[in-house]
Amino acid sequence: MPTRNPPTRTRQRTTERVIELFLAGCGSISLLTTVGIVGVLLFDSVAFFRDVSLWDFLTDTQWTPLATDKHFGILPLLSGTVLTTAIALLVALPLGLLIAIYLSEYARPTLRNTLKPMLELLAAVPTIVYGYFALTVVTPLLQRLIPGLSGFNALSPGLVMGFMLLPLVASLSEDAMRAVPQGLREGAAALGATRMQTALQVVLPAAFSGVMVSVILAISRAIGETMIVAVAAGQQPRLTLNPLVPVETITTFIVQISQGDVAQGSLEYNTIFAAGLTLFVLAFGLNTVGYFLNKRFREQYD
Amino acid sequence: MAITIRRVKHRYSIALLVGVLFGCNQKNDNLLLIDGSSTVYPIMEATSEEFLKKYPDFSIAIGVSGSGSGLAKLLRRDTDIADASRPITPAELKTAYETGLALIELPIAYDGLSVVVPTSNTWAKTLTVSELKRIWQPKSQGKLMRWNQIRPEFPDREIHLYGAGVTSGTYQYFTEAVVGTSRASRGDYTSSEDYNVLVQGISTDPLALGYLGLAYYLENKTKLNPVAIDDEQDANGKAGVLPTYETVRTGLYQPLTRPLFIYLSREQARRPIVRQFVAFLLKQAPVLVKETGYVPFSSTLYQLVRQRFMSEKAGSLFAGKKESGVRLEQVLR
Repeated sequence: MPTRNPPTRTRQRTTERVIELFLAGCGSISLLTTVGIVGVLLFDSVAFFRDVSLWDFLTDTQWTPLATDKHFGILPLLSGTVLTTAIALLVALPLGLLIAIYLSEYARPTLRNTLKPMLELLAAVPTIVYGYFALTVVTPLLQRLIPGLSGFNALSPGLVMGFMLLPLVASLSEDAMRAVPQGLREGAAALGATRMQTALQVVLPAAFSGVMVSVILAISRAIGETMIVAVAAGQQPRLTLNPLVPVETITTFIVQISQGDVAQGSLEYNTIFAAGLTLFVLAFGLNTVGYFLNKRFREQYD
Repeated sequence: MAITIRRVKHRYSIALLVGVLFGCNQKNDNLLLIDGSSTVYPIMEATSEEFLKKYPDFSIAIGVSGSGSGLAKLLRRDTDIADASRPITPAELKTAYETGLALIELPIAYDGLSVVVPTSNTWAKTLTVSELKRIWQPKSQGKLMRWNQIRPEFPDREIHLYGAGVTSGTYQYFTEAVVGTSRASRGDYTSSEDYNVLVQGISTDPLALGYLGLAYYLENKTKLNPVAIDDEQDANGKAGVLPTYETVRTGLYQPLTRPLFIYLSREQARRPIVRQFVAFLLKQAPVLVKETGYVPFSSTLYQLVRQRFMSEKAGSLFAGKKESGVRLEQVLR
């Protein structure tokens, strides 16, 4: 390589500034995107709420925007979302936490280093694959155990979604638990605590904020999950907490409308923005709760 | 130096990407686009399969977005042929007229809209049209929720309804024939444009009742039981009639026997691939239509349809009229 004269100071400074600006631009992309999405959601939702009162939207127990007798109550969709999410969390939280405790406190490093990447492989499976797995494998299996289970139901996609969330919960919680200083464990051991006592009464509370973040993320993910429930949970809005019958989640409804040819700008079309806004409010609320929990319970050991 | 090389590579890949995108955009004379009804899809699929065996240089892409979406795409010139399980509406014809499209309407087969339940259902053997109406009318939304509300001797269990999506021709026809008003239906049922989804849902849900095209029922005979339909008129016998090849062909299966259509523009009809495909379809229809589970016309009727195609006669014989009971032979002459 031929030697070159070092660039002058001013040139260096200009380059610095340009790079800095560029990086700031990159940083603001996520913010701008959020603002843009909220803007679009709000804008089209306003059009929706001109025709449908917020009170009806929140209290009507029927959701039939495409039928002759139109009802715009979000509750049936919300119950579908809550039901599938709850089932997923019933699987993902206990199992995920147990896995995290095992990986962080019990597993030997070599074992951990093979187990963790394998667990994270689960996160690499596309959700549509999970969806058809739920529909064609898990549902028929469950039907043998539970007679009367519909082909579309909340139970099967909920369970499968739980497994999809496992790596998220387990991996993040494990990271948080491993970040707990070794001194705490040694202190507990010195006081005569068993490994189990150390894990549950010392490490877990110390890592609580990190664990909470993983839980909140898992809930947001489950609420927003689309393909699994669209494929396996059914497409009928039904206000029920019965996991054995077909339900429709908010996300499935949005898919259904965007696939059909409902005229853009019509009231029926705007329902998806109102539904989307509901989803956003839910996820945003949860993330905010997560943020405060994280701040409130953060333990500093440095 | 490494940096420069990387840049060159980047530029190269961008050029490649642009090339690919533009390549896709080019109008391909050997490509035929079909979109529309999921009911008609099996016929289109079988026809194109046979057609491509004979003319391997062509390629055909078939979409299944529902009759309404297919026709909308035809009007936007996004598809070459729209298949539909209902006639075009006056509003759609008007749009076509305004955008300068002369549309040719070709009936291609009969379908018997089948009302089905899962094989585990032991009680629903026959339903009258007025019972069907009570089940599906808008008033029943959120009210008629249990089987014994249809007939007291049916079990006191929830009923789970499955039906066509609102943009489908099946939906329009079913509501017109059963409820009495086109597009008047309750909304609390599992709706899909994809009949395989409905088959999956109905066959695995012991409390299900749904409706779909004859071909989808015949293909899934082991999973679905048909419900005999009693039209409460004595012309076709007093009892219920099951949807079969024979009852549809002879017109006994009423009121749910209906014609299926394809629509194309006059300018498309002059494209060699389109011309060849439609001619092939009308020639092979007696075999292919039967193969796919639908009911072919008589050969005289196909002759009439062919004449209509050859003469490039635009307009609809059905738009805005009641379909049920129309004899095709008479209107096509």
